[in-house]
Amino acid sequence: MKLELRGITKRFGSLVANDSIDLTVQPGEIHCLLGENGAGKSTLMNVLYGLYQAEEGEVLLDDVVQRFAGPGDAMRAGIGMVHQHFMLIPVFSVAENVMLGHEQTGFGGRLDLDAARAKVREISARFGFHVDPDALVGDLPVGVQQRVEIIKALSQNARVLVFDEPTAVLTPQETDELMTIMRQLKAEGTSIVFITHKLREVREVADRITVIRLGKVVGEASPAASNSELAALMVGRAVELTVHKQPARPGAAGLVVRNLDVIDPLGLKVVNNVSFEVHAGEILAIAGVQGNGQTELTEAILGLQPRVTGEISLNGKPLTGLSVRKILNAGVGFVPEDRTEDGLVGHFSIAENLMLDRSDREPFVRNGNLQLGYLAEFAQEKKDEFDIRAESINSKAGQLSGGNQQKVVLARELSRDLKLFVACQPTRGIDVGSIEFVHKRMVATRDAGIPVVVVSTELDEVVALADRIAVMYRGSIVGIVPGNTPRNVLGLMMAGEIPGEVAA
Amino acid sequence: MTTTTASESVSASLESASIKSWKAPIAYAIFSLIAIVLFVVNGRDGVSRFRLSNDADVIQLAPIDNPTRLTCVLLVVLLVAITAYAAWLSSRAKRAPLWLTILFALAFMWAFLTWAAAGETIPITGLLLGTVALSAPLIFGSLGGVISERVGVVNVAIEGQLLAGAFLSAFVASVTGNPWVGLVAAMVAGVLVSFLLAAFSIKYIVDQVIVGVVLNVLVAGLTSFLYSTVLTSNTPLFNSPPRFPRISIPFLSEIPILGPVLFRQTIIIYCMYIAVFVVWWALFRTKWGLRLRAVGEHPQAADTVGIKVNATRFWNVALAGAIAGFGGAYFTLGSVGGFTKEMTAGAGFIALAAVIFGRWDPIRATLAALLFGFATNLQNVLGAIGSGVPSEFLLMLPYVVTIFAVAGLVGYVRGPAASGKPYIKA
Repeated sequence: MKLELRGITKRFGSLVANDSIDLTVQPGEIHCLLGENGAGKSTLMNVLYGLYQAEEGEVLLDDVVQRFAGPGDAMRAGIGMVHQHFMLIPVFSVAENVMLGHEQTGFGGRLDLDAARAKVREISARFGFHVDPDALVGDLPVGVQQRVEIIKALSQNARVLVFDEPTAVLTPQETDELMTIMRQLKAEGTSIVFITHKLREVREVADRITVIRLGKVVGEASPAASNSELAALMVGRAVELTVHKQPARPGAAGLVVRNLDVIDPLGLKVVNNVSFEVHAGEILAIAGVQGNGQTELTEAILGLQPRVTGEISLNGKPLTGLSVRKILNAGVGFVPEDRTEDGLVGHFSIAENLMLDRSDREPFVRNGNLQLGYLAEFAQEKKDEFDIRAESINSKAGQLSGGNQQKVVLARELSRDLKLFVACQPTRGIDVGSIEFVHKRMVATRDAGIPVVVVSTELDEVVALADRIAVMYRGSIVGIVPGNTPRNVLGLMMAGEIPGEVAA
Repeated sequence: MTTTTASESVSASLESASIKSWKAPIAYAIFSLIAIVLFVVNGRDGVSRFRLSNDADVIQLAPIDNPTRLTCVLLVVLLVAITAYAAWLSSRAKRAPLWLTILFALAFMWAFLTWAAAGETIPITGLLLGTVALSAPLIFGSLGGVISERVGVVNVAIEGQLLAGAFLSAFVASVTGNPWVGLVAAMVAGVLVSFLLAAFSIKYIVDQVIVGVVLNVLVAGLTSFLYSTVLTSNTPLFNSPPRFPRISIPFLSEIPILGPVLFRQTIIIYCMYIAVFVVWWALFRTKWGLRLRAVGEHPQAADTVGIKVNATRFWNVALAGAIAGFGGAYFTLGSVGGFTKEMTAGAGFIALAAVIFGRWDPIRATLAALLFGFATNLQNVLGAIGSGVPSEFLLMLPYVVTIFAVAGLVGYVRGPAASGKPYIKA
């Protein structure tokens, strides 16, 4: 089916998310929509899927103008979507999720689960998926959940399939498998819109590429274009794709973790017998697919996890069992994974956020009174130093862009007297310019002789920053390898396999 | 996935670690201690008689005579043994199974009844009959609660729905002289309260708990006002509703003990049996139930497959109100036979507790409501036979059971994920 978007304009208040965007996807074509986070890709696709109503413009399928009042209309017209955050109900079975919204029923509205099971099996067989129709979706690994999303879309005979950032949650191997599925769908005549900001994937699978920046189409590119050409088009200027750093000069062991277990409220060992060391002046990257214990590991270091056994020590002093306050005072800097939830108070100003973890003593507080004069001076200085783009230090943190929010968090943590720096997903969801900045600061921190731990699910980031890489899978460290380890080896390790040539 | 280069791999599932929980043995120990102090140290002599049949029953069962002191001592020994077993399980990091809790509860209850009824007779049939009567509004209320919360709207207004149902059914049934019309009026009253709850929580995104509390106060005030100004002005015309007669179901009502309890009831109770089953079946087996649960778990996912989230919520909250309102009619058309001020007396809140204790499942919530009804009726029966247990203590009983049930036995359970969260489309 041929899909055409003409002059789509979507505004949120004064913000123009999509500015008269034109896009044509031919039948049986994989069309990549490339753009940074916040460029307006997802908004455009939500307009296509009927979740948003566009102010201007029209959607055409096979040259017929469509009117979508909601996703139901879009589905009936043959549009399917694999959402970035899966639209699956975790407590429902696969069959129930697939049938939801267009259930076949028997007497008295009784669900015909057998028909749904048969449908799941039929589509699974077509693509060689192994999906049990009666498994609860919440129990399935994310890779399989994504297949359920694909089955869900195909069960509606979707002729146009939109994949919204589908690889964010996948291991490199799963990503390769997804590419194969896309090619298979294409061979069946399905038109595919593939939304991503990862250049490597685009070049591998795309037939045509449309680049979007700040809500506007800025050009088309051929899949033969180089990474730096695509990046320049996407960001609007030439970008440094590699991080420049000197070889590490590791000193004494700073952070030492021995036989660490973290047990979650359900009694599962989410971190299982983990041991590693981080030396002064080196970056240890913890790689792995989201949800393999990385978050809990860093929270355990900061004292945020209640059930921890094993040893954590910093420069010989034990951290295990101390309160978060004492661990912070021992010189641990921490960038949490979810900055809007755990890193900042959105309704507080930039200045207030900058003193959040130093609210108990001088120079910010004296005799129980905030030292507002000092705070303003300090905040202004940090705003300039970290290039935080905001009207003033009194702007609310919640209104900043992702990149600027992250700079506030970094400014707060890095301006303390650090002995250890732990950063989780430091560049998730921020623009390329800010990514460059964050990476530079992290390398600078390392070069100042501070041990640095970076947790990242983005292999590109891991490879760019790490001096050594620890790969986590299902709560255990599969192995610790040098920073120049090839990607395919890391990919296998992220799936829990220890390649023969790696000495773990 | 190709594994040609792999020499070994990490286990795919997480190892589970043992967490020792001492909650169950501690709870058992506290109750065992209470049992020792009350039933043994403060033990009483005599014979406690449990009467199992009424004189009118076709099949007569002989009453059970328990020698009070001996029975109490034996049961307390059993309680202590269960506590010790639970402690042993906990020390091995195992959880006490559910049947152990049930056994403990039954033994404790038997000991309590034996002790309380020293030298007296307890009519078991009467105890259970009253249990069903007192549970009926709780069950209807909790069904309304289950539906409402499953679709994603916290329903604190059950109390108001029950009270509105009781009021309007009494008034309408009195004026028309027809209890069936009163029953319909009760549902209308419940729906009207629901409309307010739904409109404020879904359309205007007011905090759902606050709306619910306010509605309870509003209905209590409004019905009290109308009661004293309208109903009492002409009681024979406005507040003398005809009551539904008891209907005995042939054969079934002759089953010993359970027959008279379950099958010699009014039409409202028979509707309740059907309602519990239908709600359970529909919730888990039909398209309506699947969509309803989807909306309460993950509204955005429901939206992306073309389900209208807020409309689904609105109409199902209305349905929940109709069911709860129907339960309100039991107060006036089923038991008392007239409206009095705030006659629901907190039944809606106990129904709310039953929803949580029953883990948002209609059948479990019904069982929970029966438990609470039993506790309430036990207080009535023991008061009536003059058991010597302080009446203040007996008045506490239903609420103590509620608190222990919800806090102690349930602990943390996961409700519908999106319950209480309004769905705002970007």
